[in-house]
Amino acid sequence: MECYFDNAATTAVFPEVKDLMVKIMEEDYGNPSSLHMKGVEAERYIKEAASRISKELKCLEKELTFTSGGTESNNLAIIGAAMAKRRQGKHIICSEIEHASVSAPMEFLEKEGYEVTYVGVDEHGRLKLDELKSALREDTILVSTMFVNNEIGVIEPIEEISKVIKDYNENIVFHVDGVQAFGKMRFSPKKLGVDLMSFSGHKIHGPKGSGALYIKDKLLMRPIIYGGGQQNAMRSGTENVPAIAGMGLATELMYKDNEKKMDYIRALKKSFIERVTAFENVFDNSGDAPHVMSISFVGVRSEVMLHALEDKGIYVSAGSACSSNKPHVSNVLKAINLPKERLESTLRFSFCEDNTMEQVDYAVGIIGELLPMLRKYTR
Amino acid sequence: MQYKMFLIKYAEIGTKGKNRYVFEEAMCKRMRNRLKPYGEFEVRREYGRIYVEAFSDYDFDDIIKVLKQIFGIVGICPVKVVEDTAYDNISKAVIEYIDEEYKNKTFTFKCHARRNDKNYPKSSMELNCDLGADLLNAFPDLSVDVHNPEVMIEVEVRNVAYIYSKVIPGPGGLPVGTNGKAMALLSGGIDSPVAAYMIAKRGVELEAVYFNAPPYTSERAKQKVIDLAKQVSQYSGVLKLHIVNFTDIQLCIYDNCPHDELTIIMKRYMYKVAEELAMKEDCQCIVTGESIGQVSSQTTQSLLVIDSAIDKIPVFRPCIGMDKQEIIDISEMIGTYETSILPYEDCCTIFVDKHPVTRPKLNQILESEKALTGKIEELYAKAMESVEVVYCR
Repeated sequence: MECYFDNAATTAVFPEVKDLMVKIMEEDYGNPSSLHMKGVEAERYIKEAASRISKELKCLEKELTFTSGGTESNNLAIIGAAMAKRRQGKHIICSEIEHASVSAPMEFLEKEGYEVTYVGVDEHGRLKLDELKSALREDTILVSTMFVNNEIGVIEPIEEISKVIKDYNENIVFHVDGVQAFGKMRFSPKKLGVDLMSFSGHKIHGPKGSGALYIKDKLLMRPIIYGGGQQNAMRSGTENVPAIAGMGLATELMYKDNEKKMDYIRALKKSFIERVTAFENVFDNSGDAPHVMSISFVGVRSEVMLHALEDKGIYVSAGSACSSNKPHVSNVLKAINLPKERLESTLRFSFCEDNTMEQVDYAVGIIGELLPMLRKYTR
Repeated sequence: MQYKMFLIKYAEIGTKGKNRYVFEEAMCKRMRNRLKPYGEFEVRREYGRIYVEAFSDYDFDDIIKVLKQIFGIVGICPVKVVEDTAYDNISKAVIEYIDEEYKNKTFTFKCHARRNDKNYPKSSMELNCDLGADLLNAFPDLSVDVHNPEVMIEVEVRNVAYIYSKVIPGPGGLPVGTNGKAMALLSGGIDSPVAAYMIAKRGVELEAVYFNAPPYTSERAKQKVIDLAKQVSQYSGVLKLHIVNFTDIQLCIYDNCPHDELTIIMKRYMYKVAEELAMKEDCQCIVTGESIGQVSSQTTQSLLVIDSAIDKIPVFRPCIGMDKQEIIDISEMIGTYETSILPYEDCCTIFVDKHPVTRPKLNQILESEKALTGKIEELYAKAMESVEVVYCR
């Protein structure tokens, strides 16, 4: 049985999305900037996508800038805001458990003369609010945290974080990496008190190479890509019309009966965790996100377990990539203080609504068979 | 300038006496094959030389890259061809050639002319003098040094005239296919592709074997070895890679033998598999990337014990006396280094003991291996039956 349990890495494209994209590539291939009919048609797809997404996020269409994905959205948000605000200060705050597409731009900015404070998290991965409070300074211009952590699925208290920041100084820009939350829960950036929020299309059955950044109306921002001035000059370059349209439709489909879908996934998750932690020395590190499970199989290196599962048709991610010559342990797992034996034995399982209880039964059965065999052969 | 022709220099083949044509023809055949995708070329042997003539447009860098991968070639000379051999014409062409090829015209040179056509109005000596004089007139900052010139300008007059001076070094060695066949062990590390390359350089055709250990090694580790084999095949020609599923044998050894001897015993089984494959595929030797003292299984004592596992075929180890850096230098030159250092676990490292034996004794190892009797034979046969073959090119 094939079990794709790596939906936090990427998802299969909805058939409707694929059909729409094929139609655009075959028939409505115009450049949205062209003045003729073909251009107008193409532009219509972008407007439709913006309208579909803004409806779910309860924001204005013009508050959405389409990008090539989560990484570009995070880069644009962080570097763009830091550049725009550099006269007010050069201090930035983010959490210890950010995705590389946030932490790497932070390192870039540090080299460019900005100062970054990394705020710690508790044992569940939740940002320490008191630590955040004391990190805020007069010259703080930007705070960036993620909404749902991609490795352990913890949901950060975004509204409370926003309150802490805005109570201190309402001019501080608050960016949230919303990639793993998008399509998995209902929220509105505006109501949460967020100024910038990143999204990706391919995590919600849209195409790879699609993403968006919510930029609160009237927020001062600098682009990071310059050219023909498309998308109000915030992101130059001919719009990737099929990807944008695909992401728009995927958003609408994903949010249709969303509560029902998420209840279904939650039930799978609950059952999986209950049964798998019943095995000896298996631990659950998961947060509340409906789709992400972080499980430690103490005594089996994550890479070995991953390939053994792969052999049985079960596809998952290693919470920590580890090899003999290049030990690389996950920052997130370290930040939540997992003991060493769990650091190197953690896998991430992530579900979507296409997964079934039969698959979960099968996977639990396989894990039960594999564990004693793999534990016998450890280095 | 688009050169119409290349003169191919080769050294060692010239000493092969009556077999010489076999070596030359093997090299020409390989050149024809490799050049085919890049344009229309004729490769011909003539008066004890090999020429590549272009009959279509081509990209200079592509051609040089290909020729630099063909063993037997020690030098590649881009040749300017002059159709009309009247002296004035040749002189003009030589001056043009120097003008285009050398930015700084301050070097010392010597003209070295030869004429195939003995009726040509000037003798070789006269050609040398006159061309030298014309060059000095054209470029006053040049100077002649007949003993130790920085640039040797070669001029050959036949029914057409050839002018060349630059020699792009080739890889040397002997043409592949002139010296039998070897079975190379590829681990995915830095050393084994270098060892395979060095054996191929002596004219030996290659096959290779890789020991796969799923789930302890990943699909990417396997892909990495296939990629390495493809890179080596640029030099050696198509390479048949045998992928052996080794997991069950490794686990059986792990279950039954002392853990500090695992690597030695495992390697003895790898050699046994390699020997059997080599015999089956008509190879005359096994090639490995071992270098004395690099790791515990590469001490002379370990090598003796590992070698004793087989007795039908010799094991060649071209890296045996090289330092790691020397091996790395070659791997960078042949383009395998970047792939070799990708961090995927390979089959040699997954069960390594913290303190493996460094001075194993054969008797002791044979004693330990007795525990495998009755268990491992079936696993060994199963592994041999399920060998996967990938042709790398």
